[in-house]
Amino acid sequence: MEATIATDTNGKVWSGGNNKPLGASYGKMMMWFFILSDALTFSGFLAAYGLMRFKFIDSWPIADEVFTHFPFLHGVHAPMYYVALMTFILIFSSVTMVLAVDAGHQMNKKKVTFYMLLTIVGGLIFLGSQAWEWKNFINGSYGAVQLNDGKIIQFVNSEGEQIALESFAKPLHSERVRHTKNNGLWFVAEPALPPFTVNEVIEGFKANPDITIRTEKINPDTKKKTIISRDKAMAYLSNAKAVVEGANLKVNEYGKTLFANFFFFITGFHGFHVFTGVLINIIIFFNVIIGTYERRGHYEMVEKVGLYWHFVDLVWVFVFTFFYLV
Amino acid sequence: MTHAQEHTSHTKLIWKVFGILSVITTVEVILGILKPDALHLTKLVGTSLLNIIFLVLTLVKAYYITWFFMHMADEKKSLRRAVVWTAIIYIVYLATLLLIEGSYINDVLGPLTKWNY
Repeated sequence: MEATIATDTNGKVWSGGNNKPLGASYGKMMMWFFILSDALTFSGFLAAYGLMRFKFIDSWPIADEVFTHFPFLHGVHAPMYYVALMTFILIFSSVTMVLAVDAGHQMNKKKVTFYMLLTIVGGLIFLGSQAWEWKNFINGSYGAVQLNDGKIIQFVNSEGEQIALESFAKPLHSERVRHTKNNGLWFVAEPALPPFTVNEVIEGFKANPDITIRTEKINPDTKKKTIISRDKAMAYLSNAKAVVEGANLKVNEYGKTLFANFFFFITGFHGFHVFTGVLINIIIFFNVIIGTYERRGHYEMVEKVGLYWHFVDLVWVFVFTFFYLV
Repeated sequence: MTHAQEHTSHTKLIWKVFGILSVITTVEVILGILKPDALHLTKLVGTSLLNIIFLVLTLVKAYYITWFFMHMADEKKSLRRAVVWTAIIYIVYLATLLLIEGSYINDVLGPLTKWNY
């Protein structure tokens, strides 16, 4: 026990004497430079996202139409509210973290413990929220049709609002069933079939005279997706290849697959940071409880893990801006 | 060795910064939901005025988090510059090149994309 706690070291100085480069302890300075390199990594991802977004600036999915869910408000169009809530959760857990650091400066073990616990809880709530956000994105909301060249066609009613496939698709009797291993090839798996076939969607489209389609193309004057008039719509639908519901790494009902790729990768990488941050916070939390830092004489370790936690919050601020606002 | 301020509590400042961050986030969310046409459809340096406002507000938030939550304000100037300047210079450089390149690809490839069937 004695060896791991290292109560006899003066942890604030570098091992080779008393002059501290840049006025920071070794651990704190290295945490800063780790954060710098990690910040550049995230910038690389976000800049790549920016590159692709500017490349497809005339047809990128509109975030307000993608993230519209809120817990217990089923079917209500609630853009931004949920991610705003997530942002507040993360900012608040940053506040409790900095309060823990502040309490550490006053050597107040009880307060540090309490605020660390709140920080961990905040982090876990954020992770859960992100999982829910992913779930909604993966499951999708309306469904769409993909054309042979990969473009996504969505369906709108006469007011121009998007409508779900199941509200108009005409169920036809189809011979096509999902291939399962126990009555087919044992080494071939098939993912679940879309709930409708292309034919069912097209027949449903023909049977409902007041619906039409819209393409991914954004009208630069209104910044809205272009709606195609009904008489031209069949020319598009005759090129239909597949029915798409939800988003994954191969296809995305909201538009460009790249959007889904970047969303999963960047928010996933950020979520992974939150996850490791929670783990490190838990370790430090137990160290606080068993009195490691009390005996060491300072709570600098809480400060260092706090730096990492705030950095995670900082990254989220940018992810929030570039994925949801801009 | 120890700073005098380390033993005084900064709780008041922390809550003040939390207030500022909350207000900025709320403003961002309201603007993001309303998307006023006057801001959303006005172009400024390659994007809409609204996006520029979002970017500025985000940078203000980043400043408050770094300076007051990460206590960058209390660090030595040398450490502060080593971290902040390095990040800003590299990020601005990379973002500028990639965004210009992205618009260029769009200028070239955009007209070739078929939207009529």
